[in-house]
Amino acid sequence: MLGPTIDKYAAPKNAYSLAFTLTPWFAWISILLFIGGIYGGLVYAPPDYDQGESFRIIYVHVPAAWMSMFVYVVMAIAGACGLIWKVKLMDAVARSCAPLGASFTLLALVTGSIWGKPMWGTWWVWDARLTSELILLFLYLGYMALQSSIDDRRTAARAGAILALVGVVNIPIIHFSVEWWNTLHQGPTVTKLDTPSIHVTMLIPLLIMSIAYTTFFITMLMVRLRAEILDQERNTTWVRDLVLGGTDK
Amino acid sequence: MNPKRRKILFTALFIVLGTGTAVGLVLMAFQQNLLYFYSPMQVKNGEAPTSRNFRIGGLVINGSVKRDQQSLAVEFDLTDTVENITVTYAGILPDLFREGQGIIANGRLNQNGIFEADEVLAKHDENYMPPEVADAIKKAGGTIPSNHLKEQQP
Repeated sequence: MLGPTIDKYAAPKNAYSLAFTLTPWFAWISILLFIGGIYGGLVYAPPDYDQGESFRIIYVHVPAAWMSMFVYVVMAIAGACGLIWKVKLMDAVARSCAPLGASFTLLALVTGSIWGKPMWGTWWVWDARLTSELILLFLYLGYMALQSSIDDRRTAARAGAILALVGVVNIPIIHFSVEWWNTLHQGPTVTKLDTPSIHVTMLIPLLIMSIAYTTFFITMLMVRLRAEILDQERNTTWVRDLVLGGTDK
Repeated sequence: MNPKRRKILFTALFIVLGTGTAVGLVLMAFQQNLLYFYSPMQVKNGEAPTSRNFRIGGLVINGSVKRDQQSLAVEFDLTDTVENITVTYAGILPDLFREGQGIIANGRLNQNGIFEADEVLAKHDENYMPPEVADAIKKAGGTIPSNHLKEQQP
């Protein structure tokens, strides 16, 4: 049963209309979660014993950092599927992921820097965590540059997928950098095989914000994916009908 | 799966595992260079460079901070719970600097084994809790668990 279903939605036209239907749902869920998460982070959560009110930037910084790695993994897996099974839809997913992942990475780096100045006493240090996250940003930018420098879609997708696969090695390095080496950045608070070292009243808004970021990513992925599909299928009759007909379905 | 796709699948796996192994070996070879800071024990064992600047990290010992009344000069002892090193510094300390806090200092060791710092950064731990909870833990005589020094144990 699953095989035919996947085949059906892997067809660009069906994927387009599915993405079209799902976009507003994910958008609204994301907006509601953001409202709840921001209220929880700024009002409901108590100040930290050590860092006071400044710790609240965690609600922007940590989900952005998680998403920067999650989006990369999605991009690499989609790229690999496109490479191995030649699913054009997967190439489009990988291509849509890159600018989103790059934005999350940049947001994580900037908010981390803003957090670092008052707490650590410096905007930036070249420790393993910060450096590997910066490398992740360069991987995204490299992927995007590679995509735009190759005219042929198939070749661009293959080259991009290989670059994404090579870069996957950086993901465990980012995650474990704070455990493998002495770094200025502290160790993991939530993502470890132990109870999270964060009080539950502070943890709940953080988890809500993470789901908000995830649904926001899915929303933006759908929007970008639709544009990618239209561009990729621009010579087909259904796209021509869609554009000339002026209807959205 | 047809043979051509299987071949690409194995190539993709080879790329991931190959780069993983290569990068893993490189990182192991550069293990020492990737350490952002040395612990007092590593310094006492002579693992830290003597001819150039390096960073030292540890906890500020309670009651060891001595401030000069006329200038910004400050002196304190740093520990990794095994060895202690005395650090001197003249400058503005970060907000989180206090006794018992994990800090990282950049500078060099002088002939007397005293670390002369050019820069002091505060390292905060991975614990987040309301002040009341932290007070309750301290009142009960407990310590807030931290892996500050975990990596520095032999």
